Amino acid sequence: MAEYWFVADGYNDKVQSFLADNGDSEVDLMFTVPEKDFNTAGKGSSEVKNLLKRLGVDSDILRRIAVASYEAEINVAAHSRGGVMHSAVYDDLIHIRFEDEGPGIGDIEQAMIPGFSTADELVRELGFGAGLGLPNIKKNSDALHIVSDAGSSTLVEFIIFFS
Amino acid sequence: MTLSDIVTLLDGEVLYPEADMNREVPCAFASDMISDILMCTKEPTLLLTGLTNNQVIRLSDMIDLSGIVFVRGKRPLQDVIDMAAERGLPIISTKFTLYRSSGLLFNAGLRSCKI
Repeated sequence: MAEYWFVADGYNDKVQSFLADNGDSEVDLMFTVPEKDFNTAGKGSSEVKNLLKRLGVDSDILRRIAVASYEAEINVAAHSRGGVMHSAVYDDLIHIRFEDEGPGIGDIEQAMIPGFSTADELVRELGFGAGLGLPNIKKNSDALHIVSDAGSSTLVEFIIFFS
Repeated sequence: MTLSDIVTLLDGEVLYPEADMNREVPCAFASDMISDILMCTKEPTLLLTGLTNNQVIRLSDMIDLSGIVFVRGKRPLQDVIDMAAERGLPIISTKFTLYRSSGLLFNAGLRSCKI
């Protein structure tokens, strides 16, 4: 499996310490993301944002989380056979994992290039397929990890700190 | 500039009657690509678009939209209008094109949003 890692400048130590011992999350939310269901796609991200808003997370950080999460949720609906979104809220961060049923990303580096898209006609008609999904997730995340390969499932997970 | 001023400038139609048209609009952004629109995370933004599906309304859950102008005479279906009404998100339809609508608002002093 091919793997991609991005950690924003200055966050390496915090990310490593979270990965080494992340303890128990305070709240967990799970949503299924069905293939090509653009009526429900985005609901999971809306609910996560609402929860974090109630918990008092800063509005700029809230928007970054919402945008990264929405882009990833749409990616699962648009490009995969369906998957799940798992959000774990900790004291100081949120960790969101998207795992799908394939068919996988053949070249992750290429998928990270702004403007590169494999979206089909249906997806483009709805206004998706700008080729900015993964770049927007990266732009808004403190850490982004992708594991995939052609013909296999894809894991996209990111971490955003609350301060 | 308020949403009412925008309706006048664009000879627009407000798509549900309870919309708050006194809302001040500081800036605008125009696009038919959802990922482009998601770059407007810095301030409340008026969106001009030709997209009328429910995901355009869903965007307002993620970023701060002051309102949406549907251009080229497009109108969303009733369930999409209902989604906007539930969120208190004012929506307007104009027969003008995206280019002309943007030009009219820009000339009237509505600036681009920061991205």
